[in-house]
Formats: sequence, structure tokens, C-alpha cells
Amino acid sequence: MKEKILLSHGSGGRLSHKLIKELFLKKFDNSLLEKLGDSAIFEQKNIRWAFTTDSYVIKPLFFPGGDIGKLAVSGTINDLAVTGATPLFLSCALIIEEGLQLSILEKIISSMKETATRANVQIITGDTKVVEHGSADGLFINTSGVGIVTTQKNLSSEKIEVNDRIIINGTIGDHSIATLSKREEFDFQTEIKSDCAPLNDLIGKIIPACPGLRMMRDPTRGGIATVLNEVASEQSFAIELWEEKIPIREEVTSICEILGFDPLYLANEGKVVFIVKQEEADKLLAMAKAHPLGKESQIIGKVVSGPKGKVYLRTEIGSRRVIDVLTGDQLPRIC
Amino acid sequence: MKYLTEFRQKEPVKGLIKKIKQHAQDIKKEISLMEVCGTHTMAVFRHGIKALLPQNLHLLSGPGCPVCVTANDYIDKAIAYAHQDKTILVTFGDIMKVPGSRSSLTQETSEGAQIRVVYSSLEALEIARKNPDYRVIFLGIGFETTAPTVAASILMASEEKISNYLVLSGHKIMPPAMRSLVQDHQIRIDGFLCPGHVSAITGSKIYEFLAREYRIPCVVAGFEPLDILESIRLLLGQIKSGQARVENEYRRAVTYKGNIKAQQLMEKVFSKQSASWRGIGKIPHSGLKIKKDYASFDIEAQFPIKVKASKDYPGCICGDILRGLKTPPDCSLFKKACNPSHPLGACMVSSEGTCAAYYKYHQEES
Amino acid sequence: MCLAVPLKIISIKGKMGIGELGGIKKKVSLMLLDKVKVGDYVLLHAGFAINKLETKEAGELLQLLREISEVSD
Repeated sequence: MKEKILLSHGSGGRLSHKLIKELFLKKFDNSLLEKLGDSAIFEQKNIRWAFTTDSYVIKPLFFPGGDIGKLAVSGTINDLAVTGATPLFLSCALIIEEGLQLSILEKIISSMKETATRANVQIITGDTKVVEHGSADGLFINTSGVGIVTTQKNLSSEKIEVNDRIIINGTIGDHSIATLSKREEFDFQTEIKSDCAPLNDLIGKIIPACPGLRMMRDPTRGGIATVLNEVASEQSFAIELWEEKIPIREEVTSICEILGFDPLYLANEGKVVFIVKQEEADKLLAMAKAHPLGKESQIIGKVVSGPKGKVYLRTEIGSRRVIDVLTGDQLPRIC
Repeated sequence: MKYLTEFRQKEPVKGLIKKIKQHAQDIKKEISLMEVCGTHTMAVFRHGIKALLPQNLHLLSGPGCPVCVTANDYIDKAIAYAHQDKTILVTFGDIMKVPGSRSSLTQETSEGAQIRVVYSSLEALEIARKNPDYRVIFLGIGFETTAPTVAASILMASEEKISNYLVLSGHKIMPPAMRSLVQDHQIRIDGFLCPGHVSAITGSKIYEFLAREYRIPCVVAGFEPLDILESIRLLLGQIKSGQARVENEYRRAVTYKGNIKAQQLMEKVFSKQSASWRGIGKIPHSGLKIKKDYASFDIEAQFPIKVKASKDYPGCICGDILRGLKTPPDCSLFKKACNPSHPLGACMVSSEGTCAAYYKYHQEES
Repeated sequence: MCLAVPLKIISIKGKMGIGELGGIKKKVSLMLLDKVKVGDYVLLHAGFAINKLETKEAGELLQLLREISEVSD
């Protein structure tokens, strides 16, 4: 078989999904994995555990608003929190490129500790490998995490009903644009910082107060467009988003206009999308807004009956268009 | 944001749609308007404009999209150059996924080719400055909007003696392709939405031959929703009253004569040659070739290579689709062998290509 | 082939300018234009200013469109 792995296979879009379905699900073959949740939830001795893993391979290692360490800890904590779990412990496995300055590693480790402490989580096990110069972009980090699920029932898209509301805790695209601004090629100046942050405190306050919460997703790589397509895919409902309501910073919009990006597909690292019963939407919104990580929360859409399995946008001029799944990463274009 | 948000307001949209529906009703018959520029196709899709238009009004996507019309042989040549020793290929993002006869640039990066995506030819120049031991080849694609910028980069390279900066020119110009389309009697075009940013460079005068010789109404259109809808309104107005002239909706950016300085820079560096347009075929004087004076920056003049004769994927009917003669479901490969994850022809590669757009919309309707 | 955005020129140094759009600052080459002043609006395409934007024309179009929507009601 001559097919090769492309960068697109790691970007969370169509090709990623194909690889997961045709190779990983097929070979690993178990019902826990098949759910493809942000964390896997299993029950042992009357406790519902959540377990997740993530690898971080970003370049540059430091960006406005954070670094690869803060990103790794926040990302794994968030993958646990959005499944309704209280994050407890993390592991930290490092693959370090020979020649990396020790001072850089120290800075990143300190950042990981600070982020974990802030989130009330401990890093309790780890591993270190060093590879030859040129084999890794300075540093790769893998973090795995465990937590205990506190919600009464498992959150899932099967719970979703027509008229449920979609809520996000703030502006989209900040992380993508912040990391992009550090890449020399694109030569623009902005004050935008990554939104990278652990959300377990915010989510932990909302869960007990909103029993009508159906599910949550964190819109990381591939953005809100991708996660909402995953939610709606093969279900009996559709999702309608309202362009005017989606919070986005002017600077992010500007970069998207210049480079030809659609902000709905940009990565976020401090955002959570809630899908909640209509009657509780205002309450959830108020609680999110009261939290430091949710000041710009908005209701951005609702669940509708059709076209089944699809996500579409009510555009700012009053029309509508489909929001499809991307095949790979967005690239700057001239046309 | 100035010059953007004002042209996306809801209220004027409603007013324009009302007028457009009225005109379309008065005209009664089926109306086909061609928007030539890929960026127009994208803007129409992004704002959901088609859903607002009357039933008898059809928007055709024309050949003004580098992704759609870049022929196999250009991609094959680019790939061949990318594999040469000590070479960095630099390109706009648009053509990374365009299929050549056997592969695409995206696939070739996985084979070890050094290929970088940039936003501007200025960045390609910078890569050349920073890597003096490498040959840096910039893929010059795009039309009259982009060609002057690439010409400028060649002039800068010449002035600063950046001898490792070379360009593979794939630039094309619009008027000969538009003429070719109207001469093709199988295609019915009742009016052209002319590309606003090409026109910012060339001036609106370049479309006069369409009105004069072929009696086709033309409106130079901007890219915001109000621009596009107002341009459609103006075209329908001409059709209704049996007129055919060139009107300029995008007056804030386009003049009759255009940007003379940019035109001069283009003429200094480029001369016209015949070019292959995927789906249309060879059109004389429609491509831009780097002049002998700047041959040292022309990769084909410095290191000519032969690629095997280009071949389209058997069964691919992108050509007929690009000219509006067939629709995606008419293609035996559509959805099966050819889909967004695995595109075989240009119409599927571009996210706004006819087949990719159909794939999305069709799913919505089913 | 036509992705271009309006940029306000906030400083000029030789043939390069710095433009601003919605809080972002971007370097732009002015090689394709003559007589650009600070405060002018230009169209940015692939790192170059390809033409100036005329405020008067923009205002006239918006006024026209407003009139169309008032008449249509």
C-alpha cells in the first residue's frame, strides 16, 4: 500500500477521522474506544473513571499567552472536564530534542506546575526520552489524565433534543492567531494572546447547577465547526449557528480576512461548547459570564430538526450556508 | 472595520433582493450570470447569497480561480523542481492540494520535498535571502491582481542581486479566457460579474470588447455582499432594457484606466504567451512568461526540465463542468473515486470548486 | 485570485508601509503605487498595496443602497 501519512492526518478534519475509523478503531476494536469521546469513561468498583491522553507538538514552544507546557496541562484537564469528570492526576512524558537549552525546559516545566496547581491537579508520573538533533521540534509532550465522573448520567449527544441551546464561553480563534503571529512567514503584529487555560473550575460550577446540560466539547484543533459536526454527525438533529452571535475579536476577524481563513475552524485552547436544555440556557449563560474564564460567553445557536446530521450558519446578511468538515488544515490563499 | 462592515448590512440586502426579484420576474426567462473570479464564488458561498436569489437566476462559476485552471503540467513541473538538489519550493497555499498527473504538492512534502507556504512573494524573497545555498523557486500563480506583485518581487531580486530567487510563472490573464467562453456556443452567458480586484489593476476598459463585440452586459463587481447584489441588480437592469455595456459597481477601488504603474511593472517583466487552462484548453496570449531581460530569475530558462505529457484522470469531466456544460452528478467519478478527501480534479480540490460546493450543498438537500 | 482587504496606512518608510485593519498591523509594499500618504486606505493583496480606496465613491454607493432599501419598503 503506497499511501503515506500526511500532515492533514493530524489536523482533526476528514482525513484524521478516516485514519481513526479505518485503522485505530478497526484494530483496537472495543466499545469504550468506539465512543471517541474526549475522555473514555469506564466503571470499576462503582466508580466512573475518565481517562484521556493527548500529545503536543506545537511550534513555536512559546507564544503570547502561554507555552507548550501550559497547553499540555490545560488541554488534558479540559478533555477530562468536558466529559463531566473532576480531573485528579496527570502523567507527563517528554520527548526532547538533543541540544534543547535546559533553561527552556525549566521554564516549560515551571509553567506546567503553575497550571496544574491553579487547576488543583497533580502530575504524578512521567517519562523522559531524548532524540537526536533534528528528530523533534525542540520538545514534544504527551500528557495523560484521570478523573472521576461526577455527573449523574454520562453526557452524550444521544441526550440532545431539538431546541437545545449552544453556548460558548468566549471568543473564537484567539489561540490559532496568537501562535500564527509568532511564525515569521506571516509578518503581522497583534496584541492577541492565546486563550489557553484549564476550564475545570468553570465547568465544575456549572454541572451541579444545570441538570439540563446534555454535553460539552472543547473546540481545539478544527474549531467549533469540527466539534459541532462531530456532535451532529449521524444524529437525527441538526445544529444551527448564528453568525452575529459568535464572539470573535476584531483582530482575529482581520487576520482571517487577510489570509482567507474561516474563523469557525480555528483552534481554541480555553473554550468549551455547552449544549443545554433551552429552559436552562439563560441560567448557564449567567453562570458562565460570572466566571473569569467566561466573561464573553454567548448563546450562539440551537439544535433544530433538520437537515439531519448537518451544521449550518445563519449568515449576518440573513441567509444560510452549510458548515462542512474540513479535509486538512486551512492554508493562506490569494484567491 | 472600515470598507468591510458597511457593505455587509442586512437592511440594504433586503432592499436589493426585492429589486432583483422584481427584475427577474419582469425578464421571465432563465438567466445565467457568470462570476469569473474564484473569490466571488467564495464570497457568494460564505454569505449564503444563492439562497436569496430568485429561482430563474443562476450563477455560474467561471475560470478565474488558479486552483481550478492550473493544468496538470504546471503541478508536474513544480513537483519535478521540488525534488532537485538543494531546492526550496515556495508557494501560495491555494495550489498545495491541486492534483497533478500523479501527485500533489501536499503529497510531495511527505516524500521529503521542501515546500513552504507563504502569503506573499516578499516572504519568498526573504527565504531566498536567508538560504543563499539553496535555490528558492516561487510558484507564480494568479491573474492580473497577483502578477504585478510577483513582477515587483523579481525587480527587487534583480536590484538586490538575490540570484537564488527564481519564479515558475503560471500567471494567466482574464480577457482571452472570457472571449473563449463567449465564443463557445454551448455556453449561455447573459451577463458577467467582472473580477473587481483584477480590474483594480487593469481598469474596467478591458471588458469593453465583450459588450461591443458580443453584446454581453458586464458589471465590475466588488466582493462584499452589497457589492455582489448591487452588481447583479445592475446586470439584470441591462438585460431587462436590452443594453450591453460595462458598468463599474466597484468605483471605490476601480477606475477606467486602472493602476498604470502596476500595469507598467507587469509589462516590464512579463510578455504574453499561449497557456493551458484546465478545462478550456490552450488559449493564445493568455499566459505570462518572464521576459529575456529577467531570464536569470526564470527557472524554466535557467533549468529547463521536461515532464511527461500531462494527462487528466480518466473519466474526469472538470472541463465540461468548469464551462457550465455538465453538473457534478453527470461525472462518473463524483462522490465515489473523487471526493473532498481524495480529489482527482480541480473542481473538487478547491473548497469553492463546483464539485466541492455541490458535494456540500447536495448533502444539505438530501 | 482576488483576495484583497482594505488597509489604513499608518506609517511609510521608503517603499514599505505599515497598514492597520481592525487592530492588526501589517507590513505592506507600496511598490505598485505612487503618492501614497499616511491616512490613505489601500487594498492589500499578497503583501502589496494594489490600489487606493476612494472614500467619496464608497460613501456614494452606500447612500445609493440606502435609498434603494427605503424605496423598496
